[in-house]
Amino acid sequence: MEFIKNHILVCSGTGCGPSGGDKLVAAFQKAVREADLEKSVKIAKACCFGLCSQGPVVVVYPEGAYYTGLKAGDVGAIVREHILGGHMVSRLLYKEGEGDGGRALEDTAFFKKQVRVALRNCGNIDPEAIDEYIAYDGYQALARVVSTMTPGQVVDTIKASGLRGRGGGGFPTGRKWEFAMMQPPGQKYVCCNADEGDPGAFMDRSILEGDPHSILEAMTIAGYAIGADKGFLYVRAEYPVAVQRLQIAIQQARDYGLLGDNIFGADFSFDLNIRLGAGAFVCGEETALLTSIEGNRGEPRPRPPFPAVKGLFGKPTILNNVETYANIPWIILQGADAFARIGTERSNGTKVFALGGKITNTGLVEIPMGTTLREVIEEIGGGCPGDKAFKAAQTGGPSGGCIPAAHIDTPIEYDTLTALGSMMGSGGLIVMDEDNCMVDIAKFFLDFTVDESCGKCTPCRIGTKRLHQMLEKITSGNGTMADLDLMEELCEHIKSSSLCGLGQSAPNPVLSTLHYFRDEYEAHVREHRCPAHVCKALMRYIILDNCKGCTACARACPTEAITGKVKELHIIDQEKCIKCGACMDICKFNSVIKE
Amino acid sequence: MKSIDELGAVRESARQKMVQFREDSGGGARVMVGMATCGIAAGARPVMSACQEEVSRRGLRDVTVIQVGCVGVCRLEPIVEVLVGGQEKVTYVNMTPDKAREVIAEHVVNQRIKTEYTIGNA
Repeated sequence: MEFIKNHILVCSGTGCGPSGGDKLVAAFQKAVREADLEKSVKIAKACCFGLCSQGPVVVVYPEGAYYTGLKAGDVGAIVREHILGGHMVSRLLYKEGEGDGGRALEDTAFFKKQVRVALRNCGNIDPEAIDEYIAYDGYQALARVVSTMTPGQVVDTIKASGLRGRGGGGFPTGRKWEFAMMQPPGQKYVCCNADEGDPGAFMDRSILEGDPHSILEAMTIAGYAIGADKGFLYVRAEYPVAVQRLQIAIQQARDYGLLGDNIFGADFSFDLNIRLGAGAFVCGEETALLTSIEGNRGEPRPRPPFPAVKGLFGKPTILNNVETYANIPWIILQGADAFARIGTERSNGTKVFALGGKITNTGLVEIPMGTTLREVIEEIGGGCPGDKAFKAAQTGGPSGGCIPAAHIDTPIEYDTLTALGSMMGSGGLIVMDEDNCMVDIAKFFLDFTVDESCGKCTPCRIGTKRLHQMLEKITSGNGTMADLDLMEELCEHIKSSSLCGLGQSAPNPVLSTLHYFRDEYEAHVREHRCPAHVCKALMRYIILDNCKGCTACARACPTEAITGKVKELHIIDQEKCIKCGACMDICKFNSVIKE
Repeated sequence: MKSIDELGAVRESARQKMVQFREDSGGGARVMVGMATCGIAAGARPVMSACQEEVSRRGLRDVTVIQVGCVGVCRLEPIVEVLVGGQEKVTYVNMTPDKAREVIAEHVVNQRIKTEYTIGNA
């Protein structure tokens, strides 16, 4: 039986036939015969395709390619390039009026201010295909390191680049590696912190899901630099896609001999394993993470000794964040100088942020250090939706603080953010507008740390709980001015006496909101009023006189708190009202307001 | 992998399969579907399947449909980026399986960009 691979339909309607369609049929028959394709290509005359002004029209199936304005001379090209070669003949395809530009991501305002170093491959390569990573110069940095550089040179390069830890603290990566390198030879470990736990942050997840090989390559480079032959990736179990892609990547790298013994023929062996976190925020803290990998309950331990001296299983260990590692191969290939040229004097390179909250373009951005908050929020982020006024940006998650609108022109760097009472953190950036109550925000983050405190040390376990109770008291309208001072004092104690970073930074959301938004706290305490109408105990819904009496709110109310006759003013019974806001959402006349 | 040359050879052969590295505009296309957690949550899996089905139904040769990570515009997922050899990359947003099939027929085959689905119109 003969198998037809292609159908060529030539328009022979009254329009196209005379304009050359008939000649085309003959030309196609001749060309197909000459190419010996008569068994697999069928040529048919078709009726009008309805584009007579562009005729003669030819459609080639199964692809469905639509050629217009053909001449007999074009037939050869279609048979040669399309039927035999499998590529459409671009110049002969039907062209519509071209629209305006701006059709690629790269043309958008969202993208233009970004510089992609850590995210260079994300969205560009298949994360499950090692060949695609290699096509984009993947593993070239590792090859260069093991065959042409000494461990000392690698460490010097990283030091010269000025790369600082992207997990939050901002410790210089090169120095961390140097400490571990200087330890006497023996068993050492390279670990990766992918226990991304800040609410709203997903930078590490995106890198692991989009470019897992860059992390494997960087960890292997780190292993070479410090003299380690084993590594662990500590990934939170809530990232199943990332874990799966990492597993595939590790297997592919082993198959290619990019992990294992004698990598690139050198006297260097390295292999990696994944460890899943069980969902405790404290395991993002370095000593707790290492304790967890050891198989123990994830609790921090005092430093010193630092992990570079005595880390995993008591051996010298380096622990870096995912984004930190993602920069390493780029630095090796492009040079420390190229990296140091991006950013500012004390914060080199770029930083990835997860934009969230009251912002139009929620998503992931990578910006050069030193970009102002205004550029990130207004230009890249597209501002607050609904023309609401920007109030503050929260960086650093539960360890960070709020940066008020007055400081929107601050360049984003490690040191400027710390000076403002916040911190770089791992890169969550939550935007708040006029509808957010800052006391409530502080309470939200404290709620998180109370839950996630591991309980090992008293200041964190009991201190955060007490702090949360005070916030509860204020938001319910029972606070006193003395409470504010007491809170500040308690914050200082928790900061100075907690065992690990979780406790030491837990008061930051309270301290920074108290510092910048003390008026809001005072309004809660003195006037029993929540300026943003968020705290339920201090606000109420009322119906204005312009109520049309449509009864929609009364029907929507789950507690039957709204009464009123049709076409008459409705009233909310404040005793029954649970402040769910259903009435406000459903009212078409903006008659329901919060006060 | 025992030498840099071996790695270089893998790189060259991988590049030959990827349209973005070809110097001539000899056709071929790469369809990239955003399949990070954000994309999958927004419905990228059926979009990916629709692209693969449409490519095989039309018997398109030298067209690869691949999954990629997050490009950052999570609010516009599912995102499909189309790169036809020798032409500019185009970013399609808020995709559905039906829109994806249309993009394959119109853009990948006939090289007519579906401007109304592109990021510029989002």
